[in-house]
Amino acid sequence: MRTTITVNGEARSLDLDPRTTLLDTLREHLKLTGAKKGCDHGQCGACTVLVNGVRINSCLSLAVAHDGDEVVSIEGVGTVETLHPVQQAFLTHDAFQCGYCTPGQICSTLGMLDELAAGWPSQETAPGAAPVFNDAEIRERMSGNICRCSAYPQIVAAIKDAREAMA
Amino acid sequence: MKAFTYERASDAKAAVRAAAETPGARFIAGGTNLLDLMKLEIEQPQHLIDVSRLPMAGIEETATGGLRLGAAATNSAVSADERVRARYPVLSEAILAGGSPQLRNKASVAGNLLQRTRCAYFYDTSKPCNKRQSGSGCGALEGLNRNAAIFGASDACIATHTSDMAVALTALCADIETLTPSGDARRFPLADLHRLPGETPHIETHLIAGELITAVVLPPPPPGAQAYRKVRDRASYAGGLASVAVAGGQVALGMVAHKPWRAEAAEAALSSGASASEAIAQELAGASPLGRNDFKIPLVARLATAVITDVAGRAA
Repeated sequence: MRTTITVNGEARSLDLDPRTTLLDTLREHLKLTGAKKGCDHGQCGACTVLVNGVRINSCLSLAVAHDGDEVVSIEGVGTVETLHPVQQAFLTHDAFQCGYCTPGQICSTLGMLDELAAGWPSQETAPGAAPVFNDAEIRERMSGNICRCSAYPQIVAAIKDAREAMA
Repeated sequence: MKAFTYERASDAKAAVRAAAETPGARFIAGGTNLLDLMKLEIEQPQHLIDVSRLPMAGIEETATGGLRLGAAATNSAVSADERVRARYPVLSEAILAGGSPQLRNKASVAGNLLQRTRCAYFYDTSKPCNKRQSGSGCGALEGLNRNAAIFGASDACIATHTSDMAVALTALCADIETLTPSGDARRFPLADLHRLPGETPHIETHLIAGELITAVVLPPPPPGAQAYRKVRDRASYAGGLASVAVAGGQVALGMVAHKPWRAEAAEAALSSGASASEAIAQELAGASPLGRNDFKIPLVARLATAVITDVAGRAA
């Protein structure tokens, strides 16, 4: 099926089998291998990308269902010369070991910070109250991204720093 | 994944018509559960009708002081809606207890209601499962059934319904609105959507083939406070062992039956003056645990007692 998706600002038109996930479209058809295939079942978060500004699991999305959408993968975040503040904070805090989950962690962080700014609650948010930015909220909101090297303390520290840098 | 054809529905009537006319057709919205099951070839639709962009993602006031949640609204949109948070906090809390943020950003209201069980024997295609393959038997009956139902199960199926959102909607006495394949709108209580397993656990709802859920309608909130609490093996992003939703004097239990379990015996006891622990004991008198899931009896007793007491205290 002819499908056109804007990926990192560039319209890409592809002829895809309807079975193709958004993740496989990025990795296999567009050779954007930043988003990772960890579990391929929405359990690990390594495939997280932003679609129309919202973070989703690209492994649990059919590309044909995203015709006309705007996708941002890790390749569209910062540049090698000028890292995005979230990327810089992950480096500064050594917020990874093997790095496999990192593209998903960073894309998820970007989505999460927007959700927080919009006042979306989590289960750590007091009923009826606006969310506060603290460790418990970060951990809860990032629970869809698994890090098997268990760099969680550094990831939380990086996210806190990045938010300050972006303010 | 088995091959299938795909179309994006132009409007709801075209969607139900296509569903009625195309063999093996299924609706897809967020796809977070359906695609997972298609990869495992547990679900093998021949045709997908994408309803995610139909104009039914809104959340609007009803004439009677309730809220209508469009079937395609994302779980995130509902849980973050200020009207939902203010008037139906149990619903927001329940949604936020389920899945991960990425899943909730994609998953729809109707898809959440129609998600399949997480019973390990349903997922393991090397094992018999009457829900996956009717008549093949139930591997869970004498298997590792720690998370099996304690209410309303049968010899054919002991799986549970795993939605958090549906438990809150059950406590809130929500209705659902649908469009039948002939194009007629109908509305009925959510409590009448899901079936108990009986001898046909593969038939999970009372929907007609090709019928499309278009909205969930919340009546005005009942008097009193509301709360949702879920017990699970880890603190976030895990299916539940048991949950309870309380809205005033209305109580529903989750992950204990093939459908969200309205605790009518407990509600009746509460309304005639019983204490929270006496009331939930009345409900649990009808439970049938299987051995490995015996722990759900004291778990539900303590969980429901705590939440009912908490809600009553906040209302006072």
